[in-house]
Amino acid sequence: MRKNYKIDVDCANCASKMEAAANDTAGVKNAVVNFMTLKMQVEFEDGADAKEVMSRVRENCKRVESDCEIFI
Amino acid sequence: MNRKQRKNLLRIILAAALLIGLHFVEVTGAERFILYMAPYLIVGYDILIKAGRGIKNLQALDENFLMAVATAGAIALAIYSGSGDYTEAVAIMLFYQIGEWFQSYAIGRSRENISALMDIRPDYANVENLGRLEQVDPSEIETGTVIVIQPGEKVPIDGVVIDGASTLNTSALTGESLPRNVQAGDEILSGCINLNGVLRVRTTKLFDESTASKILDLVENASSRKSHSENFITKFARIYTPVVVGSAVALAVIPSLLFGNFETWLYRALIFLVISCPCALVISIPLTFFAGLGGASRAGILIKGSNFLETLSKVKTVVMDKTGTLTRGIFEVDAVHPISTNCISENPTEARQLLHYSAHVEKYSTHPIATSLRNAYHAENDGCTVENVEELAGLGIRAEVNGNVIHVGNDKLMEKIGAAWKPCDRVGTIIHVAINGEYAGHVVIADKLKPRAKKSVEELYRLGVNRIVMLTGDIKKVAAKVAGDLGIGEYYAELLPAQKVEQLEKILSEKSFAVAFVGDGINDAPVLARADIGIAMGALGADAAIEAADVVLMDDDPLKISRAIDAGDCQGKYLFRDRRESFVSGAGRSRNCKHVVRNFRRRGSYDSGGTERSSCAVGVRNFSTSRSFKITQQIRNSGRMYVALAVSE
Repeated sequence: MRKNYKIDVDCANCASKMEAAANDTAGVKNAVVNFMTLKMQVEFEDGADAKEVMSRVRENCKRVESDCEIFI
Repeated sequence: MNRKQRKNLLRIILAAALLIGLHFVEVTGAERFILYMAPYLIVGYDILIKAGRGIKNLQALDENFLMAVATAGAIALAIYSGSGDYTEAVAIMLFYQIGEWFQSYAIGRSRENISALMDIRPDYANVENLGRLEQVDPSEIETGTVIVIQPGEKVPIDGVVIDGASTLNTSALTGESLPRNVQAGDEILSGCINLNGVLRVRTTKLFDESTASKILDLVENASSRKSHSENFITKFARIYTPVVVGSAVALAVIPSLLFGNFETWLYRALIFLVISCPCALVISIPLTFFAGLGGASRAGILIKGSNFLETLSKVKTVVMDKTGTLTRGIFEVDAVHPISTNCISENPTEARQLLHYSAHVEKYSTHPIATSLRNAYHAENDGCTVENVEELAGLGIRAEVNGNVIHVGNDKLMEKIGAAWKPCDRVGTIIHVAINGEYAGHVVIADKLKPRAKKSVEELYRLGVNRIVMLTGDIKKVAAKVAGDLGIGEYYAELLPAQKVEQLEKILSEKSFAVAFVGDGINDAPVLARADIGIAMGALGADAAIEAADVVLMDDDPLKISRAIDAGDCQGKYLFRDRRESFVSGAGRSRNCKHVVRNFRRRGSYDSGGTERSSCAVGVRNFSTSRSFKITQQIRNSGRMYVALAVSE
């Protein structure tokens, strides 16, 4: 399952930190952050609950970049 | 400007005003410290908070941390040395924030520009309901619905025109500026803009499967496939800050242990910290790629990922399919040779007669050859009687036209009916015609070259491609002629799809450079997937080819092949320079202001170099979107440099 989320982040470096944080979240198979389109594409692992995983992704991203936002 | 930007601008102005005001206030000691902390905190509180939070979350080494350390160091030095000169610290923070603000503003602008570039997504569709038009979300429209497209509107969904005639602007899809005329019965693709007439269209696809949606999907996902340089930069950024901080510490400690003078070296270490920010480096590459992809897509070239853009610049061998790529893939009457003319000149009256008969005989056939004969003879409904049509499998057709028995077919048919047929020296499919058993002549049908095929080959050679190979399933004779006409030295004919792959593998193993394959049909899909870069033609047709290819040319213009390679090339060059510049400016060239001016001039000259249209179409566009950004980036760095210089002096 793959979903697109709109995000808000200020700098490219921060975006790549978000990407790393999202990828380290359990339930996420692969996450790609596109800084120019301000989008995050997340591929979930089979059977994962997107909503629940995304709230953890957001938590992890906020930890590395307090200024970021993911619109779930 | 969004809310955040407005707020930050206000902070910057307020802090700057306070700083200037404090310049005229004579205070010393603790009072002075407190007064100067006001602008410092106004402009830098978020940086300090972020730096603190970073340390708490073990993510310390980012640019907030660098700025916090540098400014705190400057304040500490001011207290320690007793000079009470806090201006430095405040100014660093201030300049940093100004740079950040410009960056955010410029990125926002280029983001808008680029999305506008790719904005082909239709917002609504008009559906007729009880004589009134209603605007409906296009994703809710089912296949087979009749929609109305008014002048000036985008075609929301692929479909067939059932009523009305108009001119369409297809440039968003094909990059072709020439408008296309459509009338009832024509197929139209979403993303085109209806220019003048009202069209009623029966949709043939769902919104999500329509051309516009598919293209947007391709483009948006393209930048997620990262190139080598992007990956490199991501990895690089991870070790960059720790290395910078480590070096700064070393710079502060080691020389001062050797030579003493700790204060000076600490200053220098702080300067070093200020000018080393990773963001310029990290942004330069994706931005360049993104602008490049957007620009290419507007020119009708869809590139499925940044990595492919990079590979394109390394292409030195181009392997091409013949039919549909170099030739049009549609059979047309090439020559008509009545028996009397002996294959040399044409006799118009007799030639017309010959076409007349053959078109009538083929009246009911759906074979491509029959279609081409009918297309060549326009006055088909001329009242002639066509009777007793009989198809002779593998031979041709026999029919009675106005009472005459006409045979139209290959040489075997002529032999069967005992007509004395003559061979032709033209290359193509030869259709013989016999009237009442007497040989009357033949019609040559051939696939024509695309108008710009030859130019495309020339362009490729000019761009430094040193080997062009043509692979085709067609017979040797035809392949030889096409290759000869286009100036392609190497060709392999009579290949089955599997043999095409074999041939390509052989070419791949011989070359260290990247090999591109250009093809169109379903039969090319395996080869497209196997090549370093697969370029698909006929993007609006064969889905299998689009799926397998890495680059899709929206119209079937072969000239776009060279454009695509050129785009990759330009990108590569600019990218290198961008990277170098971000290093250079980051690493602190002392005369950075001059650098900005020179850059601006240089770039100006690139823009005017746009006369060399193809070569830098993408590059120029890339710059027009990224220019403002790059310049502010430079200004920002020069701002830092200025501060750094001020501090060091």
